[in-house]
Amino acid sequence: MNWGRLIVKNAAKTALAAAIALPMSIGMNAAASAETTLRVVMHSDLKIVDPIWTTAYMSRNYGYMVYDTLFAMDSDTTVHPQMVDTYTVSDDKLAYTLTLRDGLKWHDGAPVTSEDCIASIKRWGSKDSMGQKLLEFVADFTVVDDKTFTINMKKPYGLVIASLAKPSSNVPFMMPKRVAETPSSDQITDYTGSGPFVFNTEEWKPGDVAVFEKFDDYVPRSEPASWGAGGKVVNVDRVEWISIKDHQTAVNALLEGEVDYLEAPPTDLLPLFEGNDDITAKILNPLGNQYMFRLNWLHPPFDNVKMRRAALMAINQVDFVQATIGNPDYYKECPAMFVCGTSFASDEGTEIVMKSDIEGAKKLLEEAGYDGTPVVVMQSTDVDVLNNLGPVAADKLKQAGFNVDLQAMDWQTLVARRAKKEAPSEGGWNVFMTSWTAADILNPISAAGYGASCDKAWFGWPCDEKMEELREAFATETDEGKQKALAIEIQKRAMEVVTHAHAGQWYQVPAWRSDKLSGVLGGPFPIFWNIAKSE
Amino acid sequence: MFGFIIQRLLATIPVLGMVAVFVFLMLRLTPGDPAAVLAGDNGTPEQIEQIRQSLGLNEPLLVQLGIWVGNLLQGDFGQSYFFKKDVAELILLRVEPTLALAITTLILTIAVAVPIGVIAAYKHGTWIDRAVMAFSVAGFSVPVFVLGYILIYVFAMEVKLFPVQGYKEISDGFWPFLHRLILPSITLSVIYIALIARITRASVLEILGEDYIRTAYAKGLTPSTVLRKHALRNAAVPIVTVIGIGIALLIGGVVVTESVYNIPGLGRLTVDAVLGRDYPTIQAVIIVFSFVYVVINLLVDLTYSLLDPRIRY
Repeated sequence: MNWGRLIVKNAAKTALAAAIALPMSIGMNAAASAETTLRVVMHSDLKIVDPIWTTAYMSRNYGYMVYDTLFAMDSDTTVHPQMVDTYTVSDDKLAYTLTLRDGLKWHDGAPVTSEDCIASIKRWGSKDSMGQKLLEFVADFTVVDDKTFTINMKKPYGLVIASLAKPSSNVPFMMPKRVAETPSSDQITDYTGSGPFVFNTEEWKPGDVAVFEKFDDYVPRSEPASWGAGGKVVNVDRVEWISIKDHQTAVNALLEGEVDYLEAPPTDLLPLFEGNDDITAKILNPLGNQYMFRLNWLHPPFDNVKMRRAALMAINQVDFVQATIGNPDYYKECPAMFVCGTSFASDEGTEIVMKSDIEGAKKLLEEAGYDGTPVVVMQSTDVDVLNNLGPVAADKLKQAGFNVDLQAMDWQTLVARRAKKEAPSEGGWNVFMTSWTAADILNPISAAGYGASCDKAWFGWPCDEKMEELREAFATETDEGKQKALAIEIQKRAMEVVTHAHAGQWYQVPAWRSDKLSGVLGGPFPIFWNIAKSE
Repeated sequence: MFGFIIQRLLATIPVLGMVAVFVFLMLRLTPGDPAAVLAGDNGTPEQIEQIRQSLGLNEPLLVQLGIWVGNLLQGDFGQSYFFKKDVAELILLRVEPTLALAITTLILTIAVAVPIGVIAAYKHGTWIDRAVMAFSVAGFSVPVFVLGYILIYVFAMEVKLFPVQGYKEISDGFWPFLHRLILPSITLSVIYIALIARITRASVLEILGEDYIRTAYAKGLTPSTVLRKHALRNAAVPIVTVIGIGIALLIGGVVVTESVYNIPGLGRLTVDAVLGRDYPTIQAVIIVFSFVYVVINLLVDLTYSLLDPRIRY
């Protein structure tokens, strides 16, 4: 970086712009008002513009703006072709042949080809856990022609299409071959996609504003839009993601019409919108989010299944959601680990987390010979919807007789510490809590919590051969009925060995200027196609 | 004088060097791992390890320090872990809002604080003096964010004279630029007005008791001439010192105001970088702040000699 040149360049640019801005400002404003701009405040600012490199939700949301997917899930959690026009599956379920829709183009005008899609699947599959699982079963890819390719399987796999329609991080977004050939360990630097919006890199000011412009050559499907599926019809010229860190300021900006849409206003500020006919605040994603109670299997006391079961007996869902969300309109107790209202939802085997049984937990602890080993509970203090989970967990565990050491820290420290395998006394941990968007946990392959492959499992490192067998059986099963039965078995096993616990379902409540916006759609991620704005 | 300036500027080199090494080591010793943050909430241990390697965070601390210092000596602050942009570019993007807020605040502060401080001293013991002191106490006592929200509620949401939030670059037009800075500047300046008004009052009050002031009156000079030419000039050294310290504090202390009014300045960049453990950005911002502090102190020292001919370097 040449400082001198950069300073001179910026100073000159600013001075020149200032010199011409004053007389021209009226004209410029008039020109600017001709286009429709949707001003949005997201839950965080856009940092990483590679939705395969990271699982951050903001990068996923960015991905949905700029890229498209081969398949997509709708609001009934049914999968539909998206970039794909038609597809066939061979009788032996070993060959999936996909044909792309006519007219698909990259933002640079080049046509989307089979080779682009194959390279994209490979990059995604080298990073994402569900993609990695898929690629374990893929023998190779065959290019039939520019618009058609075949995925050849080593053996039948029940989640080929479901994987390609994965709705949340990491989403299998399609990228041009030259971009998708970037190693998944490196971030991409070419932001060309084929999605309904083009990312304006010139106007991107990190930490301030990210700008997206309508992609005029995008060809929407003819079906109505629903989640990531259907016709992504863009009715505005620009979308600006404005970063406003202070919640009260963001709410004030919406009330005054300076912004049009808030993705995630905190629930305690929602009463400010009550009685205001110009603003609508409502749940757009009926599946919402789910809290997770996670134990560390590596260290005492939770290296013992009885101790883990005792912890599970101590907690209950309602205490967590009341402490964090508060308003019953925005949370629900849900016995289904795969989220209430979805195809694998079931109540079986989960009674233990629905109601605390402190006496039962005490007895189990005694039976297991608990020796007072301190239990380190990590509490995040800077994410509104997570802050109170730690103290509630600590309180319930104390009631059951655990010797609890509640440690407060910011979320970034927590995510670093949860990766440590050391003993809690040496910087490790015993318990932490987090939240998942429901779309991440709809099946036992995409949901990280069920993995029980010891060292390779998600933080907490559960180690259970039977769970891994059940997950493998689920992955290879192609019959939906049998998949559901296996999902129930997996849920019961998760409770038996305590890979984790589902600690309540809760909902984000977006708010928007209903006097200006129409066609606002819900989904497991924010959707900005279909929205029309009147100035 | 020239030799003094060179000497002082050379002295900044070891200061900045020590700051650089201290900040580098402190960041590495603080809990948190940028790789875990970058991987996202669903990131697997394997993904985190991959990111650590790609960022060179697995290298020994001394190797990391050597690489960073080497780049720094060539004027390269490195790239932000998150944005994959040069840190220098990120800082330059944020300099204008912070500088604009600091300058407007400073102008407002001096324009209000010095006159009311002088008047309070001149009218010592009267209701004007007491009113200025009461304002000072209130100015110190009200937290910046509370004042910010009150001003937003009254002037932006009720009276609708100003926007609630946001920043316009000067290149977007001078009035839109200024319009969005008025409330933040008032918010930020109140505490400095309180501070500088008190110092000015105390300083002028002390000077007004001096023999040469009595002599000046005896010569038949008007009160305003005595105040301007004899009292204020002699009282200026402590006032300039406090203003200098105020500017330094202002540069680093705009975080809350930037947050409440959504101004994308250096304060917010620093907080975001700290929360995200974006080491290259934090290191660069702190070095820039340190350099600014050193330069401001130098300017304050130089100003002394302009105000008081007895001070020579």
